[in-house]
Amino acid sequence: MSKEALVEVKNLKTYFYTEEGVVKAVDGVDYEIYPGETLGIVGESGCGKSVTSLSIMRLVESPPGRIEAGEINFKGTDLTKLSEKEMRKIRGNDISMIFQEPMTSLNPVYTVGDQIIEAITLHKGVKRKEARRQAIEMLQKVGIPLPEQRVDEYPHQLSGGMRQRVMIAMALSCDPQLLIADEPTTALDVTIQAQILELMNSLKESYGMAIMMITHDLGVIAEVSDRVAVMYAGKVVEYTDVDTLFDDPKHPYTWGLMNSIPKLDKDVDRLEAIPGSVPSPLNFPEGCKFNTRCPLAKGKCYDVEPPLEDTDGGHMVRCWRYEHLEEIKKRGERIYEDRGVQK
Amino acid sequence: MEWKEILTRLIKNKLSLFGLIIILFFVLVAVFAPYLAPPRSPEDAYEIPRAGWQVEPQPPREGYLFGTAQGSYDIFYGMVWGTRTAFRIGVIVVGLSSLFGIIIGTLSAYYGGIIDEFFMRITDVFMSIPFLVAAMVLTTILGKGLDNVMIALVTFGWMGTARLMRSQVLEIKNEEFVQASIALGASDTRIIFKHIIANCIFPVLIQAFMRMGSMVITASALSFLGVGAPEGYADWGQMITFARDWILGGQGSALKYWYTVVIPGTAIMLFSLSWNLIGDAFRDILDPKLN
Repeated sequence: MSKEALVEVKNLKTYFYTEEGVVKAVDGVDYEIYPGETLGIVGESGCGKSVTSLSIMRLVESPPGRIEAGEINFKGTDLTKLSEKEMRKIRGNDISMIFQEPMTSLNPVYTVGDQIIEAITLHKGVKRKEARRQAIEMLQKVGIPLPEQRVDEYPHQLSGGMRQRVMIAMALSCDPQLLIADEPTTALDVTIQAQILELMNSLKESYGMAIMMITHDLGVIAEVSDRVAVMYAGKVVEYTDVDTLFDDPKHPYTWGLMNSIPKLDKDVDRLEAIPGSVPSPLNFPEGCKFNTRCPLAKGKCYDVEPPLEDTDGGHMVRCWRYEHLEEIKKRGERIYEDRGVQK
Repeated sequence: MEWKEILTRLIKNKLSLFGLIIILFFVLVAVFAPYLAPPRSPEDAYEIPRAGWQVEPQPPREGYLFGTAQGSYDIFYGMVWGTRTAFRIGVIVVGLSSLFGIIIGTLSAYYGGIIDEFFMRITDVFMSIPFLVAAMVLTTILGKGLDNVMIALVTFGWMGTARLMRSQVLEIKNEEFVQASIALGASDTRIIFKHIIANCIFPVLIQAFMRMGSMVITASALSFLGVGAPEGYADWGQMITFARDWILGGQGSALKYWYTVVIPGTAIMLFSLSWNLIGDAFRDILDPKLN
């Protein structure tokens, strides 16, 4: 891409120093987010996707957490080097975040209007009356009916989907350039999920902001992302645009994720499933981190960690044997054993 | 929850309504004290007038509605003006000690680490000393008098609030809305005042209500033990002190001097009971599990 990146994460390492040892939650992550695009970050629980986003916001609890190395360049400034005070000006103003649980992300003792007004007055320095007018306008933009009335209601009077809309209104009230959405739809039911994603997509266009969408749901990724980073055990294992990823996954992990989802157009008797679970971050295996679960792992995979390699035209894969996977795919075979998961 | 709603529920609950009525009664007595029992001179209104120089208490009679206590002190006058003292002790002691407790508890929990360790060890030291003994010793050191009693009660009365507040803040500070607020760029002070204290204050308020009563009892106990108000000062504890030698009655009648004990005793009991009733009702109203 020729455009200049809005956010450039370079070799980010965030470690947690616990009593049992050092947890390398994020261990050398690189990616870029361009203005106006949506970057999807997908991975299992504990793969470090949330910690990556918290690192950008500098919200990693310290101690025990620490950004050990790397740069986070936001419009040319390295966020890891800013003071807490400078960071506060960026949070909510340039970079906003919405969280997973709309039920708990709003303070129960204030009206939703109060909370949006707080966000506006914090950064824009406008009078309360003007802030209230803007809050009502925001509520209208995120599709809340009767905003003049809803603005004075308390969070418990709203449904989950409504609250997530309020959260989005709050996050967008200061026109951020980057919106980090940490599993924004996980806690919502499916019909509401679709509405929220649609809303985010349309707001992205009208505001021209970039979105970093963190999720474990490949469906959400397919819906909203332009490019995708697949994370596993604190590292990016595959990084490409969304169509390539779904058409031609090159990492055995991504391949496994894709085939564990039922498809409407393909009739398979049994779904594939990746055996086991993510290894404990306290003792990651030597070599490739995926070798404990990878059916293709052989020789070198157990000794040396593969680099994130550009296979063709920007499709980055962290695997020694992706070419071998290509052959298997051509033959139409499956790589994961049948583990009796019913379709 | 809206204040209006809380108030309606307080009134609907029979027990708390009873508590409210008693407190309202005491408030009225305190406010209209100069009319109920006109002082001889406004400067020393808290000085209980004496009916004479008789040592033995005299039963209720014309002009002395509740009788006179040991040393011919007018019980009615002492009770009326003592109501003001009771409120003063309760409000000042509970207010100040709650304030200290809130500050210490919030700072400890919010910043954690060494600050938490420091404040909590101080709290432990203060808690390890028996309350009444500590208050007595401090009052004795500072000298007799109600102001010194209040200082002593505040000094040794903030720890419960501090611990309660600390546990509350520890719980609230990890809530997602606090994270969300940090993510919006709010500062520490803003988060503490706007998000944390507002969400933690109710249990502390309930505890404060409960302590209003017990603080007045403790102050009375100190007066009873002789380190509180100076002799003749209008204070309920003082009134009980007057009864100390006459509790057992005399001359074959155990109930001969009943008015010296029963009247101030009832007032103290009703006062602290009503605060407890309101505190209880508050807790029930604010407990989401009981709604």
